[in-house]
Amino acid sequence: MRKRVLSCVFLLALAFAGPAAAVEPDEVLSDPALEARARELSAELRCMVCQNQSIDDSEAELARDLRLLVRERIKAGDSDEDVRNYIVSRYGEFVLLKPRFSVRNALLWATPVVVLAGGGLLVILSLRRRSARHAAPLSVEEEAALKDILKK
Amino acid sequence: MSVELGHFALVLALALAIVQAVVPFAGARLGSQTLMRVGEPAAVTGLALVVGAFAALVAAYVQSDFSVLNVWENSHSAKPLLFKITGTWGNHEGSMLLWVMILSFFGGLAAVFGRNLPPTLKANVLAVQGLIASAFLLFILLTSNPFTRLEPAPIEGRDLNPILQDIGLAVHPPLLYLGYVGFSISFAFAIAALIDGRVDAAWARWVRPWTLAAWAFLTGGIAMGSYWAYYELGWGGFWFWDPVENASFMPWLAGTALLHSAIVMEKRSALKIWTVLLAILTFSLSLLGTFLVRSGVLTSVHAFASDPTRGVFILAILVFFIGGALTLFAFRGAALAPGGLFHPISREGALVLNNLLLTTAAATVLVGTLYPLLIEALTGDKISVGAPFFNLTFVPLFLPLLTAVPFGPMLSWKRGDLLGAAQRLQAAFLIAAAGGLAAYFITDRASAFAALGMVLGFWLILGALTDLALKSGIGKAASSVALRRLIGLPLSVFGTALAHAGLGLTVLGIVGVTALEKEQILTMRPSEVTGIGDYSLHFEAVRPVTGPNYTEEQAVFTIYAGGVARGEIISAKRLYTARGMPTTEAGIRTFGLSQLYVSIGDSTADGGLVVRIWWKPLVILIWLGALVMMTGGAVSLLDRRLRVGAPARRRSAPVPAAEKA
Repeated sequence: MRKRVLSCVFLLALAFAGPAAAVEPDEVLSDPALEARARELSAELRCMVCQNQSIDDSEAELARDLRLLVRERIKAGDSDEDVRNYIVSRYGEFVLLKPRFSVRNALLWATPVVVLAGGGLLVILSLRRRSARHAAPLSVEEEAALKDILKK
Repeated sequence: MSVELGHFALVLALALAIVQAVVPFAGARLGSQTLMRVGEPAAVTGLALVVGAFAALVAAYVQSDFSVLNVWENSHSAKPLLFKITGTWGNHEGSMLLWVMILSFFGGLAAVFGRNLPPTLKANVLAVQGLIASAFLLFILLTSNPFTRLEPAPIEGRDLNPILQDIGLAVHPPLLYLGYVGFSISFAFAIAALIDGRVDAAWARWVRPWTLAAWAFLTGGIAMGSYWAYYELGWGGFWFWDPVENASFMPWLAGTALLHSAIVMEKRSALKIWTVLLAILTFSLSLLGTFLVRSGVLTSVHAFASDPTRGVFILAILVFFIGGALTLFAFRGAALAPGGLFHPISREGALVLNNLLLTTAAATVLVGTLYPLLIEALTGDKISVGAPFFNLTFVPLFLPLLTAVPFGPMLSWKRGDLLGAAQRLQAAFLIAAAGGLAAYFITDRASAFAALGMVLGFWLILGALTDLALKSGIGKAASSVALRRLIGLPLSVFGTALAHAGLGLTVLGIVGVTALEKEQILTMRPSEVTGIGDYSLHFEAVRPVTGPNYTEEQAVFTIYAGGVARGEIISAKRLYTARGMPTTEAGIRTFGLSQLYVSIGDSTADGGLVVRIWWKPLVILIWLGALVMMTGGAVSLLDRRLRVGAPARRRSAPVPAAEKA
């Protein structure tokens, strides 16, 4: 919901707004290390009923359920990857705000690398081509023309 | 009556925009001065008409004329006057009208200030502007008319979305649109150049001030939006990588690249083809942003498909302008002669690197924003691309970019001396490193990442100062001479230094608040105390307050630092009665460059109140830096060399010796 508020504010893509609230005091784990992990994981998981918003930022009921679920799994001794897999197995890949590396997402992940490398290559090639062209010695006719001018 | 006049003015403006699109263009083709001169009065009169239409709508809002559908949907008689006025553009129809008004504003400016342009170039520029204005005026009149009447008129309006009842609405959209739409001039110049088949250093010199102005406005608009979201959303995030933000960020990235490549073109007449392409791409991204935000496609592909009238219309505009421009570019672009040569290590080389990284960043944001739509449209699967993706891809692109920034102005044109530049930046680097190290220990070694980020921030700021010092000879010449030289430096040198230093300030702010933020989430009862950072908060009481069109519950906290009271902080939950819509009003207190941010949640059964408190170190710097960047843009604009415009063209181009023979 808070994302919808944001849409409102940014560029006025008007949407419905609601009060902001996220992690509730009663959800917080007593072990600060585990809680920190839970927060980090929550920031990577999407609140499915919201617009592009993580469960860590959302006050939606579903987000709260997911937050509690994440904490439950962490307390049960799951690794971060285990928790992610568990949530994805239940809710699908839509829940991940950072899509996985996969064939389907290849274009997404490759974009920065391909554009940077391709652009860099283009720059190098065009610099080379142009300096080669400019560095070429004068042709016979040009040489003659030059002499002609210098004589004048 | 004035509403009908406004509507009529808009129709007239459309007719005039079509004239502006056709007649000067025909004049340029036929070589008719008379026809070409039509552009100027058409643009100026068109501006007056659109302003008239806009004023009519504002008047309807101020008078709470609920016989106008748009006013009824988005206003309320009890709303404070400021929000009645700003509410004009707090909705789809009104904001599109603002968009077109700003487009006409730039068209009018180009007409008036473009007197020293070659007549054909000016005619073509105004024609392109006219064409864009016709498309969007047609869009407003056919799909988003703000002047539709309602019969019978309701007695009371439905009120403006409470989130938008904020001073931010007065500042953010106008600034953002001034930036967004300002790039239409660079676009028009690019198209005009392609039609003419020639671009030269003079072209770059004409385009630069417009690009610079649009860029400065866009910088301010984005920063203002970020600050608004920060205080309005109740938890103090400042950037969310939301598609609507990305929509404004993409033109900014491309525009920043354009700003830099235009310098190379003006000074060295190189990168011509690229600069023209970039001018086209920048405004294309602005159009794309308008499409994304205005069509509803972001909410879901299906929502778009269910009511596609507006979306399809903007999509058609998008395809026409982007497709048309790129086609023209494909046919004419190659004919533009390449310019001066340069070595990779040179000022040009540095600016090319800047362009490469910024373009990659823009492409990454573009693909990241559109990918979920693409996948959903192609396969029906839903995926999410959010903040974690963008942070992961963006940081590796921006780290080398920011590291390279101070080197740029140190390198000379054509062939630079990297080692020499590094030597001249030695002091800046050492001080920046010492600053980072100091920050590391001051924060009790909280975060090595923060310390490194701080080094980068200091590096940018000190690099900018070093540039000024070297150019004025501080430390080399006598101080009075150096001071005189410093004052005598061209304003654009100061502009560059300010913009780069502003970037450094923003980096410091982002690093500070990201790595060193402190957070407390707890339930408090009145008279309880909690500590955060060096401060403690004493929860005094909750009191009910009635505002002009809302009621609120204010939670009052007293702040103590070292046992001394340092003032109050008030955080509230507000209920706007007209829509029955609740909002949170965060309590924010600034200490130096940092802020204490308090947001209240629900009451608990046992009389407590859920309270969220953040200590946000250096957070102010994020927006202060943007303000400094904006100032840099403004200072650069004041540079005489840009204001005077290009020197008169030589009557005949010098003929190369070889050809003469």
